[in-house]
Amino acid sequence: MNQNPVFRVVAKILFAPIIMFGLYVQFHGDFGPGGGFQAGVIIAAAFILHALVFGLQAGRQIISARVNLWMMVLGVTIYGAVGIVSMAKGGLFLDYTALTGSVGSGQHIGILVVEFGVGLTVTSVMLALFHAFAGFVEDRDK
Amino acid sequence: MVSLVIDIFLLALLVLIAVMVVRTGRLYAVIVMSGAYSLTSAAIFVNLDAVDVAFTEAAVGAGISTVLFLAAMAYIPADEKPSQNRNFLAGVICIGAGALLLLAVMDLPSLGDAMAPVHQHVAPRYLAESGSALHIPNVVTTVLASYRGFDTLGETIVVFTAGLGVLMLLAGATRTNRVKADNRKMAAKTAKPKTNKPKTAKPKSATKTARTKA
Repeated sequence: MNQNPVFRVVAKILFAPIIMFGLYVQFHGDFGPGGGFQAGVIIAAAFILHALVFGLQAGRQIISARVNLWMMVLGVTIYGAVGIVSMAKGGLFLDYTALTGSVGSGQHIGILVVEFGVGLTVTSVMLALFHAFAGFVEDRDK
Repeated sequence: MVSLVIDIFLLALLVLIAVMVVRTGRLYAVIVMSGAYSLTSAAIFVNLDAVDVAFTEAAVGAGISTVLFLAAMAYIPADEKPSQNRNFLAGVICIGAGALLLLAVMDLPSLGDAMAPVHQHVAPRYLAESGSALHIPNVVTTVLASYRGFDTLGETIVVFTAGLGVLMLLAGATRTNRVKADNRKMAAKTAKPKTNKPKTAKPKSATKTARTKA
């Protein structure tokens, strides 16, 4: 935990805007640069900044290790599920046009949901990696 | 012309950073400089109009990788072990491989060549079609998520599997650490009467208080 007030205030101010920017990159990926991978890393960076300044325990109170693991699984599952749903609707695997039947809305919804799955997995994996490394050190120093 | 000057400057910066990374033995400096290397690469990608790649490089290479390396630094020594043996064969192999790579670069199409094979295959179709056929303006996103959705599913699974692997390795390590610490505590408790026999009185009480505190 860092007692320096500058770090604490800056981290508190930046936390929400970083996540906001991550969400913008996430859901604006089909119009501008960005997408699930980049957004996932940016959102993970917000949580890592929080954990660096306020301590690993505070970070784990927002997203516990168990929830983190489930988020990793959920992201991949969402991606695969889109493929299954498009097959169930009569298209090929990951054929987004089959989701709604029309090209415009189908592609749009398909890409948004798929990118959300990617973002969820990347965020949680990055967060899990950081906590695994940093927590390992904390355990050793005990 | 301006773009060329910027490119030459950035590439020279890359070479400079690479030489500095090789020459320094301090690992903290190496981590920070590799972050700078990624950021410079991102600037080069922006100059090539590959904004999506630049975005990823800046976020992953300069951001998260640096933080993860720093987190890993906490349990390795701060300085590189100075190597004394200069392996002649390794040097020959390095220079030979570098020469071969340079030779291969000669055969690459020049930068921005419209007749290059990569611009002749499916790329023209993606560029022409994706806006009208898929109604998504960003071609990078349509290639990534729609045309090659299966690839991206594979990439996501790779990220997931890598995270799972690191978690299993490190979580297992922390558990062994905890078990070891517990064993040490138990051993200290049971060995207490034995270690109460040092010759001088002062260290004895010192060790005792230290142990009870721990």
